[in-house]
Amino acid sequence: MSRIVMGIESSCDETGVGLVRLHDDGTVELLADEVASSVEQHARFGGVVPEVASRAHLEAMVPTAQRAFATAGLELSDVDAIAVTAGPGLAGALLVGVSAAKAYAAALGVPLYGVNHLAGHIAVDTLQHGPLPAPALALLVSGGHTQLLRVDDIAGKITEIGSTVDDAAGEAYDKVARLLELPYPGGPPIDKAAKNGDPTAIAFPRGMTGPRDARFDFSFSGLKTAVARWVEAAQRRGEEIPVDDVAASFQEAVADVLTAKAVRAATESGIGTLVISGGVAANSRLSSLAAERCEAAGIELRVPRPRLCTDNGAMIAALGAHVVAAGCAPSSLDFSANPALPVSTVSL
Amino acid sequence: MLVLAIDTATLAVTAGVVSVDRETGAARPLAERVTLDARAHGELLTPHVLDAVGDAGHGLADLDAIACGVGPGPYTGLRAGMVTAAALSHSLGVPAYPVCTLDAIAASAEPGEPFRVLTDARRREVYWADYDAEGRRLDGPHVDKPAELTPAARVLDHEQPTPLGIVEAAKAAILSGAQPDPLTPLYLRRPDATEPGTRKRVSTS
Repeated sequence: MSRIVMGIESSCDETGVGLVRLHDDGTVELLADEVASSVEQHARFGGVVPEVASRAHLEAMVPTAQRAFATAGLELSDVDAIAVTAGPGLAGALLVGVSAAKAYAAALGVPLYGVNHLAGHIAVDTLQHGPLPAPALALLVSGGHTQLLRVDDIAGKITEIGSTVDDAAGEAYDKVARLLELPYPGGPPIDKAAKNGDPTAIAFPRGMTGPRDARFDFSFSGLKTAVARWVEAAQRRGEEIPVDDVAASFQEAVADVLTAKAVRAATESGIGTLVISGGVAANSRLSSLAAERCEAAGIELRVPRPRLCTDNGAMIAALGAHVVAAGCAPSSLDFSANPALPVSTVSL
Repeated sequence: MLVLAIDTATLAVTAGVVSVDRETGAARPLAERVTLDARAHGELLTPHVLDAVGDAGHGLADLDAIACGVGPGPYTGLRAGMVTAAALSHSLGVPAYPVCTLDAIAASAEPGEPFRVLTDARRREVYWADYDAEGRRLDGPHVDKPAELTPAARVLDHEQPTPLGIVEAAKAAILSGAQPDPLTPLYLRRPDATEPGTRKRVSTS
């Protein structure tokens, strides 16, 4: 008998409620994916303000859940299990989703699973591309995370191979966008400007690619500073900033390092599947370069559609479904959100 | 009728069940679970709700209404109580009534002379409201430094509301059968956030 899993996400600035159906054969079908975003409230601050995000989650939580059930044509009583993001994320934001999930689980008398947000970004791919081969490699790139992960079991065994030592890739996009006087969040406007620019116009540095650097770690802070220096020097010379070329050259540096390290990690470990997910996965150059390099290396590339890549409740429902299917024990109702939950903890 | 009381606006994690007589309005506390730990709102509230309802000899499905403190409160945990009340209301199909947490404390005041309710707002400030001799709120809620307040005839310094106080403060609305007001938090403060100024240069020359 198929089971309905409700997923609740509130780790950053999106309030998400997703509903999926776990079929007997282990496949997971998306039924609803409703998101309320507070991104516009953060734009003038140039980044996510935790208190603003938390306030928005409280307002949006139940209305978002109501929309999800309406979209799916389901009743609350149809739910068989609930999954919620337990971390990592902003403490005050996580608290809202976790508290709501506990109340729903108690009222409906169904098991609750506190799950890992990062694992959710990988699990969401199964909604679009079906079961994930094991092992798989995942490149997770967003405003808060940049990680290379080895996935032996989406419901239980995920190992970090590398991560950023400073800024997340999406953070570098936001900072460079601000430098170029482009709007927040920086990903879409830089991607758009880059389409008209020359990616070879400026040779920006490729962070953490020296012979002594950690082979699978990333750094984007130096790149951001290099872009700032280049722009300031041009301003000093009284030149007009070639925004399109700067955007294209910056984007090329980011996509180059991310894809080179991901493909190298997969090749060296003999892994045949690469999943790229997280908000930055929507970047056109990252996906085109990844496709090119994966094809050359004989690696299957899976990139969920942009709507699934950004934070949402469907990814948490999808992960919850895999955790349920694996027969994992539910979380106790007194668990606390963990802002620093390691990716190795897929469910609590 | 059976009313669930919730408040997380203070350092207490408060859940309780109160029976209210539909005819007379008489309210009687049946069970409660309270833990003083400002960091445990998210962990303990739902377990406290289940334990209190169980102790009262009932299940969640027996509840007729929820009364929930909406602050003012300085803790991020305020939202834990409110979203719990909202989600229970949604999933149980019962109304959730907002209660100013200071009113819930005031509901426990001995009658007599006018009084003020004060709670800790942290950052060396207090939340306060003034009430008349019958416990009707005349002024507030506000957040201020204690030194800025005018003297009050009587100050009630209970640090958190009781489940009975929460339900008493919501009782008129509950018994009226009217659509509850939305669960809107009383933050009284703007989020701490400043818009970025001019970007700092990274070049030294």
